[in-house]
Amino acid sequence: MTLLAGTGPAVCIGADIDTDMVIAGRYLRTKDRGVWAEHAFEDLDPTLATRLRGCVLVTGKNMGCGSSREQAVMALREAGVLAVIAPSFARIFFRNCINVGLPVLECEDLACHDGEMITYDCTIGTVNVGGNSYICRSLSPRMQEILVSGGLVEYWKGRLSR
Amino acid sequence: METLSEKILGAQAGNFSDKRVDKAFCHDGTGIQAKMIYDEMGAPGIANPETCYVIYDHISPANTSQTADLHKELREFASRSGMHFSEIGGGICHQYMAEGRILPGEVVIGADSHSCTLGAFGALATGVGASDMAGIWVSGETWLRVPESIAIYISGSLAKGVEYKDLALAYVAELGMDGATYHALEFLGDSASEIPMEGRLTLSNMVVEAGAKTGLWYADDVTREYLGRYGKSSSRQEPDDEAVYSEELWIDLQGLEPLLAVPHRVDTVKPVSELVGTSLDQVFIGTCTNGRYEDLARAASILDGKQVAVRTVVVPASRADYLRAVNSGVLATLVGAGCVIGPPGCGPCLGAHMGVLGDGEVGLSTANRNFRNRMGVGGSYYLSSPSTAAASAITGEISDPREVL
Ligand code: SF4
Repeated sequence: MTLLAGTGPAVCIGADIDTDMVIAGRYLRTKDRGVWAEHAFEDLDPTLATRLRGCVLVTGKNMGCGSSREQAVMALREAGVLAVIAPSFARIFFRNCINVGLPVLECEDLACHDGEMITYDCTIGTVNVGGNSYICRSLSPRMQEILVSGGLVEYWKGRLSR
Repeated sequence: METLSEKILGAQAGNFSDKRVDKAFCHDGTGIQAKMIYDEMGAPGIANPETCYVIYDHISPANTSQTADLHKELREFASRSGMHFSEIGGGICHQYMAEGRILPGEVVIGADSHSCTLGAFGALATGVGASDMAGIWVSGETWLRVPESIAIYISGSLAKGVEYKDLALAYVAELGMDGATYHALEFLGDSASEIPMEGRLTLSNMVVEAGAKTGLWYADDVTREYLGRYGKSSSRQEPDDEAVYSEELWIDLQGLEPLLAVPHRVDTVKPVSELVGTSLDQVFIGTCTNGRYEDLARAASILDGKQVAVRTVVVPASRADYLRAVNSGVLATLVGAGCVIGPPGCGPCLGAHMGVLGDGEVGLSTANRNFRNRMGVGGSYYLSSPSTAAASAITGEISDPREVL
């Protein structure tokens, strides 16, 4: 079960972060998800992985471009990221977030800095930070359903057992 | 009044559409992830195994025992489930699928970001992650958002020493790394019908570097002739004069010169002429962008009778391309010039094996992305056409192919 709304401190990173940057290719040959969480963003900032638990990740535009590797979003989920907010996402990364049950919100012109508390709500599509409220692009009903189930695995498990 | 995406998906841009998937494929990297996820889903079986392909290309042959174990697990699963399986050396998934396995109008989903390559056939081809692939295995269908479209009108013809790869770098530079996010590109214009299938595949391959979902060509005589070689018949698709595009780009091939994407962004593109003399440690010719027979043949025509001055790795995109290069003598020319030939597949492209760069080294590659550390930690590399790569291999520094042709 994924929480579609929550609050946490912001961790802010830049724009055009590719998935090689989220989890380097050298860590892909394993089934141990903990390894991905431990090495998340290693080539960007080796201290970042330790700050991800319970955070809301705020990035610049085109988050998650490049390789389709799902290990990137799994790394973030395993590391305890609550939600990812960006002005725009690379489409496969966006899809992958939904599919592993990691809330994503597309939000333009968000003003916030590292450590500030952010409240998000995927059901109504809002982000609140620093006394300001922002409206996000809404998710389709199917996306919300997958997200609420906790990802595609739970979604299909549910549908297959029905 | 429809774009090709709207026609194929049967809905207007911006809408969500649930579609039956005509062809679904994954590789050794994403396939093992999809299998783990599929196992967790607890499905009774694969919905349409005859439409699913598992293709070994990423780390093949296996480089370590760990990779070999994962290969073994997925290989056994593929054979049990009745899906098509392409063993190591068959080729890069996109090229393997391009060899007569995709038809115009199909919905094609690959668990790899460069699945957009197959839009060259007028198929709605796009990449997804491993969970989506597992979902397709379970259900035979997926959801897609019908993309808005950007038209690229191509006119004129290429000058000597200039390739469709240079055009690909030019449009990525023009659009930027996220300029086409959520969009489909459509390749149109007077010259589009003259561009051969290998050029279309290169051009569709790189659309994801601008964030696009797919890169579409309307099926025409080139498509029909190409698929005919594989015993497949196909019908034409006609562009709609009144289709609505969110953006239009005009590119005249006449004015195009050899280009390079410089480290570490695909959209930072400069003319080769500006960087001539930049010293290189390695040249790599291959990948789903430029590892086809025609690419190897162009490189060989430049390297014929010469010797490379830096280590040069050549990896054919598929077994079929490899075989053609063997039979035509292209491979003998490349080996004679001092190139190292790798088995068909991705080679060093994803930084796992067979020719990655060392710390501080500079490479030139015919691939599609030059992200920091991708092809070796601490290395940086330029992206170019096979002609530029071959000309540079001879001198050991970035060189203009027009000078040696
Ligand atoms: S050749 Fe490179 S870009 Fe193409 S599928 Fe293989 S790893 Fe990806």
